[in-house]
Amino acid sequence: MAPKPWVPYLLIAPAVLFLGALFLLPLVQTLVLSLQGEGGLSFANYARMLGDLNFADALRNTFLLTLVVVPVQIALALLMATMIARIGAGRDLVLWVWVIPLAISDLAAGLAWLAILQSTGYLNSVLFALGLLDGPTPWLTQETPVVLFIGIALAEIWRATAIVLVILVAGMQLIPKEFGEAAEVFGASPWQRFRRVTLPLLKPSIQSALILRTVLAFEVFAVVYALGGRNFPVLVGEAYVWQGENQNTGVAAAYAALIMLISMLATFVYLRVLRTPREQMA
Amino acid sequence: MADILIDRVAKSFGAARALAEVSLQVADGEFVALLGPSGCGKTTLLRIVAGLETASGGRVVIGGRDVGALPPRARGIAMVFQNYAVFPHMTVADNIGFGLRMQKRPVEEVARQVGRAAEMLRISHLLDRWPARLSGGQRQRVAVARALAVQPAVLLMDEPLSNLDALLRLEMRADLKAVLREAGTTTLYVTHDQTEAMGLADRIAVMHGGVIEQIGAPGAIYARPATRFVGGFLGSPPMNFLLCSASGGRAAIGDFALAAPQDGAVMLGLRAEDAVPVGAAEGIPFDVRVVEPMGAHLLLTGAVGDQPLRAIAPPDAAIAPGARIGLRPDPARLSWFDPETGRRLEAA
Repeated sequence: MAPKPWVPYLLIAPAVLFLGALFLLPLVQTLVLSLQGEGGLSFANYARMLGDLNFADALRNTFLLTLVVVPVQIALALLMATMIARIGAGRDLVLWVWVIPLAISDLAAGLAWLAILQSTGYLNSVLFALGLLDGPTPWLTQETPVVLFIGIALAEIWRATAIVLVILVAGMQLIPKEFGEAAEVFGASPWQRFRRVTLPLLKPSIQSALILRTVLAFEVFAVVYALGGRNFPVLVGEAYVWQGENQNTGVAAAYAALIMLISMLATFVYLRVLRTPREQMA
Repeated sequence: MADILIDRVAKSFGAARALAEVSLQVADGEFVALLGPSGCGKTTLLRIVAGLETASGGRVVIGGRDVGALPPRARGIAMVFQNYAVFPHMTVADNIGFGLRMQKRPVEEVARQVGRAAEMLRISHLLDRWPARLSGGQRQRVAVARALAVQPAVLLMDEPLSNLDALLRLEMRADLKAVLREAGTTTLYVTHDQTEAMGLADRIAVMHGGVIEQIGAPGAIYARPATRFVGGFLGSPPMNFLLCSASGGRAAIGDFALAAPQDGAVMLGLRAEDAVPVGAAEGIPFDVRVVEPMGAHLLLTGAVGDQPLRAIAPPDAAIAPGARIGLRPDPARLSWFDPETGRRLEAA
């Protein structure tokens, strides 16, 4: 039977239609919405967003959170993936336990950490029992911004490191073990083996993980909302407030467009900086 | 430069025994091949010497130093892997210089050694290339150059030629022999290919089922195999085995009789090239079933009585399938084995 050239296109058509209808179309609509002013196209919504009282805080907080959380997650996941690679029996069980947070929704994760960090939560109970506190102390307020930030960062790291781990473990399995053995025979210490062989060969996986985690970090919302509410404004949270409380879809769309722009720029940077030339692929 | 002493090294994987107290000595500058079928334990033994596998018992001594507790990098070895393991993210030059850079040698020395090793392997023109752009044979040369660049006391090679096609393998084999002779490095070489072991090694250790069946010079092992397994594993076509019974010091095969080392059941080991085809009236009676012209000779497949046998004849011999001919063996080149134990029987 002669191969029909249109068969592959037919087979990907449902996925293309699905993505087109439910991603591309809303995306364009959002952009249009954000640019709609009274009587035609304008940047009024963007001007209003920039002039918003919370805008600077939200932008700063989102970037700060991303800059702290993503590197820590990559470093932690690298460490965990390296440890997993050394485990013989029980490896699957350890991996399974480590990726449990993946199964929990981000709001539920936020609520779990709220139970720990709120004024009558587990942390304060322990500190009180140890005699370090005199009574219930609020941590998640505007008066304690550092603790609030650390709490949110911790919850995010706990919740979303596993997805990085999964990507890196899969990537490490693709590296033939002879590369590590060759490095070992030719005098590389464990750290040199990691630095000179594992890390460069893992670059494509690290790139994927970075893109995924960074894009998602810029979209952080539920955990922040559960722990800090508007004490810790972030970009998606502001879009939510403008859409829900202020009933202003235009400014909400402007926030959404800004988040998209930032995500695309970050992805572009990762694609360029962490590019692996074809001739250097494992 | 260093010698290797493998002293009663054993290895088990759970209940499975991979090596049973194997002992072997490799002299300084000697090339020893570990030869055997897959699963015989040869690669496990090599990896134990390298330090990539831990032995369940015994010692490995390299250059007078017990290396049992040392990591691979402290053993003064270099290794060539079956799949080359040439780093894809480094150029050929960086690959060859990897070991030297790990030793923090001065830049000029690294460059000099890399150049020398590349020249030895005739890959000087490839130094700036990426491995992905190289052919299998070129990658193999990079792997060998990387190993020789560190001027190791001991070179370990694990089936280094098995991923190359036949013609390239022949060429690389000759190059390898010349290069290693020049370098004078003590070498332990794992292979399942008997022609490779015969062609390259000063001595061959034939392994089977986790033990070394025989150690010796290629010619000696070929001519006087210590066991039936060794006789059958070396040589192409493999050695023929004929079961016969002997009495009064003579073994009878059809109407033909040969001097046997002992009475009772004995097994004759006869290589195809050690018997000359003669008329049907003399020699061992051989019924030819198939005749294959191989160019240099005719390969005859058939039977003596009901025992299969392969023989060779001159390329112009007029032998037809179905014919009965005689085979006159060279009495000086026969092997006799105990049919029970498979061990070689020596003439009294």
